[in-house]
Amino acid sequence: MTEVESLLRELAPQVLVALVRHYGGFDTCEDAVQEALLAASQQWPASGIPDHPKGWLITTASRRRIEQFRSETARQRREQAVALAEPADPEPVAVDDTLTLLLLCCHPSLTRPSQVALTLRAVGGLTTAEIARAFLVPEATIGQRISRAKQKLRGERLTGEESPERLAAVLQVLYLIYTEGHTASSGDALNRVELTTEAIRLVRRLRAELPDDGEVTGLLALMLLTEARRPARVDPTGALVPLADQDRTRWTAEFVEEGVSLITKALSTAPVGPYQLQAAIAAVHDEAATAAETDWAQILTLYDLLRVVAPGPMVTLNRIVAFAQVHGPEAGLAELAGVELKAHHRVDAVRGHLLERSGDVAGAREAYLAAARRTLSLPEQAYLQSRAAKLKP
Amino acid sequence: MKYVVLIYGNPESRQAWEGMSDEQRAAGLAYYQQLNDDLDASGERIVSERLAFPELTTRVRAGDGGTMTTDGPFAEAKEFLAGFYLLDCESHERAVEIAGRIPEAAFGVVEVRPVMGLHGPDL
Repeated sequence: MTEVESLLRELAPQVLVALVRHYGGFDTCEDAVQEALLAASQQWPASGIPDHPKGWLITTASRRRIEQFRSETARQRREQAVALAEPADPEPVAVDDTLTLLLLCCHPSLTRPSQVALTLRAVGGLTTAEIARAFLVPEATIGQRISRAKQKLRGERLTGEESPERLAAVLQVLYLIYTEGHTASSGDALNRVELTTEAIRLVRRLRAELPDDGEVTGLLALMLLTEARRPARVDPTGALVPLADQDRTRWTAEFVEEGVSLITKALSTAPVGPYQLQAAIAAVHDEAATAAETDWAQILTLYDLLRVVAPGPMVTLNRIVAFAQVHGPEAGLAELAGVELKAHHRVDAVRGHLLERSGDVAGAREAYLAAARRTLSLPEQAYLQSRAAKLKP
Repeated sequence: MKYVVLIYGNPESRQAWEGMSDEQRAAGLAYYQQLNDDLDASGERIVSERLAFPELTTRVRAGDGGTMTTDGPFAEAKEFLAGFYLLDCESHERAVEIAGRIPEAAFGVVEVRPVMGLHGPDL
């Protein structure tokens, strides 16, 4: 990314907030900001970055907004010929309004995919084409999603009022952006990797506004601790490498360090929440020099807590994995038999691992093949088939 | 998540279509147009196409002797692919809901199949 590009990404949400605050009307302001960004990206590389880039963008976007407003008004009241008093340029806001904008983009009236697309566009400053590429859908699909979302938000005001539910939705959207980039990074679409970086950048900015929120810090820690493993997660042929087999010397040490220090601080100062617990689990994994040194008893304790704070099928299943590490594969299989989980390839895959460890080769092979048939992920399917192939009778 | 909705016709549905008046056909196509407009508005339709009748099928087989082609439908095949949608929607349930709006769901066969990708849905 060039200097101009990264500066524009940084400033885009601030300019948008300034405009929406001043004029209202999210959709028209967003259009105006896009035009100003486009103008800057064309002019600045040649003319140099202006002394006050944010002021420049706000002024340019304001002019566009006023022009739009005038032409609309002219159409509406042509016969009245009403002269419009030109609104003064909005003052550049000193405070970072990322949170305000995130809350608007993750508005409960929008569907989750719309929240994600709008967040990446309005807060992340990504273009429609970039978002479409990231999610492997046509640009028109994302374009529709964004314009529909903007229309829905037309009458909404920027309040910056954050209820716990609204903030939870923001965190969920940011986490979704991260996981989308993370899972996809194992495939052949390298340009999707940027989503993880983008998600981390956005959470960092959110944390700058809410430094004492344990869940915001927990989410940042969780992303960093997961991101740390990325270099070891895929082998040179593009195949998935499970956590236990990863070359831990290839993990990004500074991410581990930052993640561990963030989560340690959050757990000691803030009320515990699901992101903090997941980050704590990731930290226990990341702090083990080898897979064999993993403190599974501590991980099991954390899953027991997570099961209370945020129960769900994934938590149930992962807890069983930890339980089997502590109490043995047979005990794990017994636990697995005792819970109701809907048919999903991960359930079959865990059963396969446990059967393999307990010595039931034929059963393990069958479970891996069942999982491979059920998954919708190509890299996972390849991995599961290779596990089954190793157990050829 | 991406899903393909496969729309199959059969001799009865084909006969029904062929027996329709121009107005009835226009109404049928208008119904599809409305469905497409709705799915475009929600951003869920990636592409959809109506396929030509199966007489225009060419079956291709590549082997040692080169490429062999045969024309036409197969007598044993009662059902034929009549069209498809490629959707990008939130859940399997939503894809099924959309498939349920396709008229052929009432008298032909409509199938929903998930598309394999880089990652699947969560548990």
